[in-house]
Amino acid sequence: MKTLRGYRRYHPGTQPDYDYPPYRSTEKRHPTQPLVIAPQTLSELTGPLFGWDDVKPTDHDLTRQHKGTPIGERIIVSGRVLDENGRPVPNTLVEIWQANAAGRYPHQADQHDAPLDPNFSGAGRTLTDAEGRYRFVTIRPGEYPWRNHYNAWRPAHIHFSLFGQAFLTRMITQMYFPGDPLLTYDPMFTCIADENARQRLISTFDWETTIPEHALGYRFDIVLRGRDATPMENRK
Amino acid sequence: MSLYATGNQTVGPYLHIGLNWLVTRNIAPRGVPGERVTIQGRVLDGDGVGVNDAMIEIWQANAHGRYAHPEDTQKKPLHRRFRGFGRIPTDARGAFRFTTIKPGPVPGPGATQAPHLVVSVFMRGLLKHLATRIYFPDEPANRRDPLLRLVPEARRGTLIARPKGKGTLEWNVILQGKDETVFFDF
Repeated sequence: MKTLRGYRRYHPGTQPDYDYPPYRSTEKRHPTQPLVIAPQTLSELTGPLFGWDDVKPTDHDLTRQHKGTPIGERIIVSGRVLDENGRPVPNTLVEIWQANAAGRYPHQADQHDAPLDPNFSGAGRTLTDAEGRYRFVTIRPGEYPWRNHYNAWRPAHIHFSLFGQAFLTRMITQMYFPGDPLLTYDPMFTCIADENARQRLISTFDWETTIPEHALGYRFDIVLRGRDATPMENRK
Repeated sequence: MSLYATGNQTVGPYLHIGLNWLVTRNIAPRGVPGERVTIQGRVLDGDGVGVNDAMIEIWQANAHGRYAHPEDTQKKPLHRRFRGFGRIPTDARGAFRFTTIKPGPVPGPGATQAPHLVVSVFMRGLLKHLATRIYFPDEPANRRDPLLRLVPEARRGTLIARPKGKGTLEWNVILQGKDETVFFDF
């Protein structure tokens, strides 16, 4: 077995703590014992890989999954998946899910009094290309109320799920929209202590990917953990 | 160029919408060699209540102890039909159940690692997923496993599945309290 190179630890302040009282559900769901700091082994430096056998080429277009066209503003969400060394992460699975334009999910747990859209399921997936690029066609999700605190509303967001090339690069995040006034009040957004790291969760309007007479473009680049400079030993 | 990783966020309560398409309750399709085992358990919150909006993901080596990944360059056989990945959502009671094959031992730092599955845990209320492991009972290699040895002895049992009838093991994710599951920080 050749020497394996590990992944860098997260930079302080860029990741949420498990116990974050403003998000009430963390109270009974965060570990109370310290995590056990462990060496990265072959088990964590590898991870599941996916390909076009898993994903259909049309799975990236959330506006064409039903007979009709979904209600709402059509948008293009695209960007690159990079590692912390600035290298593209190619051929990696990107999964997204989101509310419809009215702020409603087609899910039994969502009882918000807003209409469902029979032409919108709100889920898509794709693989990045050789340069780490991905692209989705969807509609702009609506804001919606939740019961975390008095008059609590989630800012418009799209959930992202990424694998990268190892168990250690697995990541779930949320993409927000520029200028959303609800961000200030949202514990999901404020749980990231570092101001710059928080701002990186906000997509930017992108003239380049905006299609004339058709759809606005938003750009959202995602950075996964990168390799450490120092190789680590993994003896038999 | 040096960047910082994007911030993790919770999957929220509607994770199934985006993630259920890849649910894999049988990790080892028919024909994949190895000792078959069913693993079942529950995800329990700080009140001991089952978490109905959780999901676990499994990553494991094959019966020879080789991962289906280009960075595993061991000279051991691969099986075309075995990826080694499972994704299992919890049900209304917070319960999950999946079938797989017991993996072989894999190399580790200082000593060979005992057979194990690596596990990611996701749920509403968890701002960043948790990493843990499932080890097998009656496995002499557990005593020398380099990761188990890092865990205080009194807590090691939370990582070792318990026999529950023929071919079935039980292993729970307990988020808080006396039997809180050990989670790792890599």
